[in-house]
Amino acid sequence: MNSAKTFKCRTLVGGYTEGEAIVSREAICFYLCDPATGELLDKNHHLRGESLAKKVLVLPSGKGSSVVQLDGLFQMKEKNNLPLGMIVIDAEPVLVSSVYVVETPMVDRVEEDPYSIIKDGDWVVIDGEKELITVTKRS
Amino acid sequence: MMFLSNEEKQMLDGSMGEGVRKAMDMLVALGKAFDAEKMIKVSRTHVALSGQEGDTYWCELLVNGGAHCLVPPTTNPNWDVETLNPIYTVSSEKLFLAARTEDVYRRIGAIMTHCCTPELAGNVPTFGEHVAFSESSATPYVNSILGARSNRESSVSALASAVTGRTPYYGLHLDKNRKGNMVVTVETDLRNAYDWGLLGWFVGMHTGNLVPVVQFSKKAYHWVRPTPEELLYFTTESSTSGAVPMFHLVGITPEASTLETALGGNKIQKELTVTREDLDEVQRLVSDPAGKIHLVLLGCPHYTYNQLKEVAALLKGRKIAEGVHFWILTSFDAIELAKRSGHFDLLKASGVGVVPDTCMDQPCFDGFQGKLNLTDSAKCAHYQKRRGLPFVLRSLSECIEIAVKGEVK
Repeated sequence: MNSAKTFKCRTLVGGYTEGEAIVSREAICFYLCDPATGELLDKNHHLRGESLAKKVLVLPSGKGSSVVQLDGLFQMKEKNNLPLGMIVIDAEPVLVSSVYVVETPMVDRVEEDPYSIIKDGDWVVIDGEKELITVTKRS
Repeated sequence: MMFLSNEEKQMLDGSMGEGVRKAMDMLVALGKAFDAEKMIKVSRTHVALSGQEGDTYWCELLVNGGAHCLVPPTTNPNWDVETLNPIYTVSSEKLFLAARTEDVYRRIGAIMTHCCTPELAGNVPTFGEHVAFSESSATPYVNSILGARSNRESSVSALASAVTGRTPYYGLHLDKNRKGNMVVTVETDLRNAYDWGLLGWFVGMHTGNLVPVVQFSKKAYHWVRPTPEELLYFTTESSTSGAVPMFHLVGITPEASTLETALGGNKIQKELTVTREDLDEVQRLVSDPAGKIHLVLLGCPHYTYNQLKEVAALLKGRKIAEGVHFWILTSFDAIELAKRSGHFDLLKASGVGVVPDTCMDQPCFDGFQGKLNLTDSAKCAHYQKRRGLPFVLRSLSECIEIAVKGEVK
């Protein structure tokens, strides 16, 4: 694991998780995901058709009303298809409170730009207690 | 690092139970995200219990963890199963979710007002009070019209505040974030609540995350003070087309005695002028095309007693057209007054049903999917579109004439 690099971050929703990264450049409304597969259905989103299930998701922010955002995440949780963790750039209150309810670890303020240090398929560890993320480049 | 009092630390470390811990932990996460320096106490809360599974799940999680509300919240409507279920069929699954939602909110200690206008009756904050109100039309009303202080809470964060009696100190709780930075000049007459709603929709479309200060050109500024219903239509529609938790009306709202006071030295980032044409355009934008009407739905937000009285006066004893269903959604206090004063019976004789505790965005009206319906509320028309119910949008007096004829020409 020589290529693993560790970065400081800030924990918003606590917990430890690790998994393969998926990087979204656009805000996400989780109501527009298929809970049965975790697939993003949002017509105009660049990740349309990709599954967010059991991955560590990098995203700029959330979008959509409080009720639909929470219910979307909740339905994914019921099918065990939530992302494992989230690294967010611009946390807004609806995203924070909704992600909190479904208990997915979430961090922000990574000391370096997440988009330059994390690519699709990298292995990412989120350690909420230590406020650290570790990125291992995909070999 | 956020400062927490000893009591708040105890809430967070679990010594007051798992439900309280979860509620405080969520508020700490929110406070952190917005760099709140501390928590503050709230004296009132209102939760927009939605009857959606995710929301009911959160309430269950807290109550099963032993939580009970320290500051009992009033609640939004669900739907009046007793009145509506015999008339409109709803799946047993949805009936069960409605019953489960009722049960869990009762157990956590909510005040079951089932009313989306708590700021008019049942939960009215005074100037300067710190509160946590969800319900998109209520938050701007308590902030802007009453001068209380609340952020735009989601139902789950407002419930967390109800349980802990706290909210993170950020956003609209702070003086500096309540000042205006956008000026809207209204150059047309506003004749009734409906016009105020159209104005709200237009302002919401153009506000983004700014705080608009609305002023009225001399030409238009000759009416008496706007009524609570008119102000409520403004807050409702500006938070449907956009998200406007705080605004000022010059000479009307308490933090806007003058334009300068409302701006508080802020730079004006945007200016907007509103004409009659702009308001007409909102109606065209939101309304579905004319045709034969199946359901008239008024009361989004809940009709007040004055509005029930107004409907009875406009009907003058006439009957609603054969085959047209007509419901007015209203609050517990308004229906009680209407019963005592005789308006409930007058409306019933005309073929108008008055029902409390009910939100238009519930499964009871799904039988009208694909059929053309009528309302005076742009919010109702907008959200019902998602459920597959098309709505024509018109002013109240037009709605009544259409309901009597059964058709919009």
